[in-house]
Amino acid sequence: MRRPALEIEGLSARYGDAQALREVSLHVDEGELVTLVGRNGAGKTTLLRCVMGLHWQSTGFIRLNGREISGLPPYERARAGLGYVPDDRGIYATLAVEENLTLPPIVATTRWPLARIYETFPVLRERRAHAGTKLSGGEQQMLSIARALRTGASVLLLDEPTEGLAPVLVQRVAAMLQEAKREGTTVLLVEQNLRFATTVADRHYLLAQGQIVEALANQEVIARESELLRHLGV
Amino acid sequence: MEYIALQLFNGLVNGSFYALLSLGLAVIFGVLRVVNFAHGALYMLGAFAAYLLLQDFGVGFWPALIVAPIGIGIAGMVLERLLIRRLYGLDPLYNFLLTFGLTLMIQDGVRLRYGLQGQPYPAPAELAGSVSAGLVAYPTYRLFVIAFSIVVCVAVWYVIERTRLGMIVRAATERPELTRALGINVDRWVTPVFGFGVALAALGGVLAAPMRNVSPLMGSELIIFAFAVVVIGGMGSIAGAVVAGFLVGVLASLAAVFNPALENVVAFALMAIVLLVRPAGLFGSLEARS
Repeated sequence: MRRPALEIEGLSARYGDAQALREVSLHVDEGELVTLVGRNGAGKTTLLRCVMGLHWQSTGFIRLNGREISGLPPYERARAGLGYVPDDRGIYATLAVEENLTLPPIVATTRWPLARIYETFPVLRERRAHAGTKLSGGEQQMLSIARALRTGASVLLLDEPTEGLAPVLVQRVAAMLQEAKREGTTVLLVEQNLRFATTVADRHYLLAQGQIVEALANQEVIARESELLRHLGV
Repeated sequence: MEYIALQLFNGLVNGSFYALLSLGLAVIFGVLRVVNFAHGALYMLGAFAAYLLLQDFGVGFWPALIVAPIGIGIAGMVLERLLIRRLYGLDPLYNFLLTFGLTLMIQDGVRLRYGLQGQPYPAPAELAGSVSAGLVAYPTYRLFVIAFSIVVCVAVWYVIERTRLGMIVRAATERPELTRALGINVDRWVTPVFGFGVALAALGGVLAAPMRNVSPLMGSELIIFAFAVVVIGGMGSIAGAVVAGFLVGVLASLAAVFNPALENVVAFALMAIVLLVRPAGLFGSLEARS
């Protein structure tokens, strides 16, 4: 029996008068890779921001490895084992590539020390002294994911890591996530790209207008792909 | 020709003070998002601290150069804890009201006790007289001011660019929220950073004491130029503050060679041009997004 690594219970969030999330409950078990799919504006990014503690107007419970974290400030959530890859990749222009990688403190035994990151992505080693934003979009995405892996975080939150990437780079991201999963990392992935989602995920949640409307096994998503694509408006 | 050389040195001296003050303003704005209008008054307090240390305790220039910035820096940290802290997340108007109000209170507090007339402060004996600097003989103490502030600016630059603490300051300046989400306790650095910026202002004040009248209003004119320098360099940019500080100092002094009336215009003319051509400032293109 797998234990849940991340549990969300009755999470609601608003922006002023607008309700962004309504009573969302979901869980991701240890070592599982779960995606959150839904249209633009369904509340996917807001949900990840709530888990990180970046969205103030929210209520509900969030447990990380059994520990209640919803009262903690963002930096303590990160130190409790959350790794965050934001939708804009979050690469600093005023930090060199290597500084971008080493900024977050290591929170647990890491399987991704700097040496392994550089071995996997030689371009990051070549450009380690360059400003982070001088990298191409794809390289920035690798940098952002590698940065989260390096901390030894037990649960990764990724916000559309394949957005705007060429197919070859999408495969690169997939390989990276599969490797992290093999090593026991738990992943909650926000994704619009259904094809990509089904190649990496175990399960899926469908989010619409701030609510979870369906929880789907990977096989179901593959079987109902065209219907779901219509729903996503792709 | 000699006059030009002399003005070049004068420009570097003025630039030294602009750079020290703007550097503190830039670091504070970067991490706190607070424009500290009280910076000029805190610079003045640095000069008065040096004066009082000498008058009342017989403590000379060299110890004052260390003691006064540390003491006023600590006072700055208390100020941040008690008052500045309340500004975070509020309309910038409150920022102006509070820090400008503090300026008036500090200035008038000093004025109540010492009046408007300036107090004399002797230059340290080791730096009396003048030395030959190329074409002209230039006061030794002023050359020391230039060298010392360059050393301080380089040291600050080193800390900001080459240490982990500096990396955190840069990250918090550029993306405060993301930096928190990556596991950095940004708030822990807010009070020390404010204290550090204030200490730099006080250091400028101590340096100014032997060459400018120690008076309650000595910071009020300088601070206006320091703000122009910060805008020219780019809000929150460390390198920008230093480079623009010396640039404005030298250009203003050289302009005075042609017409003395130009000296005070240069900083603001340059600011207007920079705002038109590069609104983010010379070094501000990528930094300090809020």
